[in-house]
Amino acid sequence: MPQNDTATAFVDFSDVWLAYNDELLAKKQYAVEAIDLKVKQGEFIAIVGPSGCGKSTFMKLATGLKMPSIGKILIDGQAVTGPLKISGMAFQAPSLLPWRTTLDNVLLPLEIVEPYRSNFKAKRKEYAARAIKLLDSVGLAGYGDKFPWQLSGGMQQRASICRALIHEPKMLLLDEPFGALDAFTREELWCILRDLWMVQKFNVILVTHDLRESVFLADTVYVMSKSPGRFVVKKEIDLPRPRDLEVTYTKEFSDIVHELRGHIGAIRKTAAIA
Amino acid sequence: MNNKKLQFWAPWILLVIILALWQTICTVFKVSEFIFPSPLRIASQTWEFKEVILGHAWRTYWVTMVGFGIAIVVGVLLGFVVGSSRMAYAAVYPLMTAFNALPKAAFVPILVVWFGIGIGPAVLTAFLICFFPIMVNIATGLATLEPELEDVLRVLGAKRWDVLVKVGLPRSMPYFYGSLKVAITLAFVGTTVSEMTAANEGIGYLLISAGSSMQMGLAFSGLVVVGAMAMLMYELFSYIEKHTTQWAHRSSNNE
Repeated sequence: MPQNDTATAFVDFSDVWLAYNDELLAKKQYAVEAIDLKVKQGEFIAIVGPSGCGKSTFMKLATGLKMPSIGKILIDGQAVTGPLKISGMAFQAPSLLPWRTTLDNVLLPLEIVEPYRSNFKAKRKEYAARAIKLLDSVGLAGYGDKFPWQLSGGMQQRASICRALIHEPKMLLLDEPFGALDAFTREELWCILRDLWMVQKFNVILVTHDLRESVFLADTVYVMSKSPGRFVVKKEIDLPRPRDLEVTYTKEFSDIVHELRGHIGAIRKTAAIA
Repeated sequence: MNNKKLQFWAPWILLVIILALWQTICTVFKVSEFIFPSPLRIASQTWEFKEVILGHAWRTYWVTMVGFGIAIVVGVLLGFVVGSSRMAYAAVYPLMTAFNALPKAAFVPILVVWFGIGIGPAVLTAFLICFFPIMVNIATGLATLEPELEDVLRVLGAKRWDVLVKVGLPRSMPYFYGSLKVAITLAFVGTTVSEMTAANEGIGYLLISAGSSMQMGLAFSGLVVVGAMAMLMYELFSYIEKHTTQWAHRSSNNE
């Protein structure tokens, strides 16, 4: 790897292995293996693979919630030593707090993360205005006062993404965020995520098993294999931006999806034999 | 009458039916009032001894509330500790389960030795019998956090304490109020049982003395009064529960 490449990478995994505990480490059973990954500042990457292949483990490593057993992770040039406050996370379940209004749910991270935490009470109005603006940008204008259980699933997921973005993280991690939504709502949210990203240019790591989703949104798609959990394919998506939903019906698009599908199929076959 | 109204009145209607049936049986079969008093007899005895009953009832009531109050404090604190630490959960839970299986009435003689006849044993029996459900419910509410949500907060640098205060406690509130409803009825059981052997006042004492002087009507009045007090307190807590943790009962109103 040339030196300057490492210097410009925002996310930099070099030969990272993780076993969940010492016992598994002794048996050399790793959840993820030999992960080498360089992600540029502002790049949108997607990780696809069969379920149970360690995608979520990868997310925990990237946010500093787990430390690698072997190898080194640099994020924004800094070695990861603990939870990374510059990241925001959203999952398949919106997990909003039902006793808080949507607005208060979105504000929750600011009550916790510094530097907002210390002046949260004093600057609440300003932060609320920021949250309302963010809610507007995902099409939730006027829903701030509603409780999560008064919103539809798609709306809850939008609010959940707002919560992940309220502290203006440099890195957004999404673990199958649209998995529980119907097809139309899902495509709507793809576009919302695309627009947010185009404006703010944060890094995105999207874990999904929807290949169309990964190709539509990401700059680079990585395919992971299951046991061992490794990155086996790296595919750069050079579809021009801005991408419109129409692009998903073009031949170029389906060719890429088809190619990725082939890789996944191959992985599943070898896994089945093993 | 529509269905909702009927549901509201249903317990009263059932009560009237039971009382009517009871009265009929007593009248038709000429059951001796010394053995099994009729509702009318109980009512007249209640009226006749209303001042005595009221005095004993008040005593039982406040003794129960003191025991219940202590149970809330201890139950919440213990539940908080047990629910927030896996180690504490592992250490405390089996012992607590064993303790809960002991009949609390068996503690009364011991408590009498320690505290003498009077309010001491009654308060403590009420406390012992009802802190357990409160503790368990608080602990359950705290221990069943969604792991994803914890990750979302932990990555922001949230300490355990933040997660507990921002998420755990509010989340366990419906469990807490639910447990209060159960606990208050148990507390009345505890007080009454203790008063039967270790007090010179209170409904439990009234039951024993009425029984030993063959005043069955009065004994039944005592039972009715305890039941009524427990039910009133139950309804009070269920009202508070509905109005403070509305988000947990959403299916019944706005959805």
